[in-house]
Amino acid sequence: MRDENVLLTLAIILAPLSIASIGGAMGIYAPLQHETVVARPWITPQDFLDLFAVCRFLPGPSSIIGAMIGYKVAGLLGAVVAMLALYVPSSALCYAMSRAWTEGAGKPWQVAMKRGLTPIAAGLIMSGVLALFQLSGGKLLTGAVMIGAAGILVWKSKLHPFPLLIAGAAVFETAWLLGWME
Amino acid sequence: MSETQAETGSEIKPFISLFAIYRVFFWIGVFSFGGGLVPWMQREIVTARGWMKNEDFVPGIALAQVLPGVNSTNLAVFIGQHLRGLAGVIAALGGMLTGPFIIMIAATAVYHQILDIKPLQIAMTGVAAAAIGMILRTGLSAVQLSITSGIVPIVIMLATFVMIGVMKWPLLWVVAIMTPLSIAVAWPRKPKASGDA
Repeated sequence: MRDENVLLTLAIILAPLSIASIGGAMGIYAPLQHETVVARPWITPQDFLDLFAVCRFLPGPSSIIGAMIGYKVAGLLGAVVAMLALYVPSSALCYAMSRAWTEGAGKPWQVAMKRGLTPIAAGLIMSGVLALFQLSGGKLLTGAVMIGAAGILVWKSKLHPFPLLIAGAAVFETAWLLGWME
Repeated sequence: MSETQAETGSEIKPFISLFAIYRVFFWIGVFSFGGGLVPWMQREIVTARGWMKNEDFVPGIALAQVLPGVNSTNLAVFIGQHLRGLAGVIAALGGMLTGPFIIMIAATAVYHQILDIKPLQIAMTGVAAAAIGMILRTGLSAVQLSITSGIVPIVIMLATFVMIGVMKWPLLWVVAIMTPLSIAVAWPRKPKASGDA
């Protein structure tokens, strides 16, 4: 009985965050922290920070931190409920929009939106690159690896990017061992 | 389902099985360390397999970012819908989240130990730097699409970058103003537009 309440509460906390997060997972951390650390004794503040930090090490969308919290408070079922609450509402909305988009293929409004959204996308992606670079500390090494990876992908567009990620790790590891990073 | 889709689409789409969609997105989910899910999708869907054209893919990035929800899951929904409708959406989204979900469960047991390993922290910073490079590559492909269709898209692209990237103005306000403007300018004047400058 108590578990059911926890599952329901999880869904009630996470579903609005699914819709509320526009432009990235950044927006959900503060309300998520408030609901699970401050408003309820589910997670200790240190645990929340650790989960936040460990999400950086994991593949996939970083909003998966919601599912980690679900797992911690209610086990596997909690994780599943959290995943559904996190991703179904926003995906349903995006599906409706994408469907209208596909069905309108070739119509003037769709052609106009397609063309009109392209330069907006370019501006948004480049803004994202700048923001991520600044967020990482804007170090020379980060910039060099970033430019290098992009350059290699422009040169060899079909290259599997995973070796590039490994190479990025190797460059940083080497710099650290050489004592270039403090 | 697929018949009606074939009728509405003007061009013939290659048949792509739901399992193929699931499999591609499964590996995207597993490999996407350090962020950069959007470039992974571009690489697998557009560059490596040719399931979508880049000019169909790039507007989807803007749509995914502007709509509520996480960019990467929204983009997976957009691609899944484009390829196979609702079933494609479920295959793409389910595929992309399966790996991270299992890895997340496993990580919950050991994350206190993981966080203490300094070399791992350093490695992850390097992975993230390379992932930003992947996003930059995607950005360049979008810039390339934008600069080939006249001066107005270039101005809109630069204005969006300056307002959001440099000035850090709220994304919602900038997009709410720039998008209608950009769409109005891009509205086709003839059925077969030939807007050579």
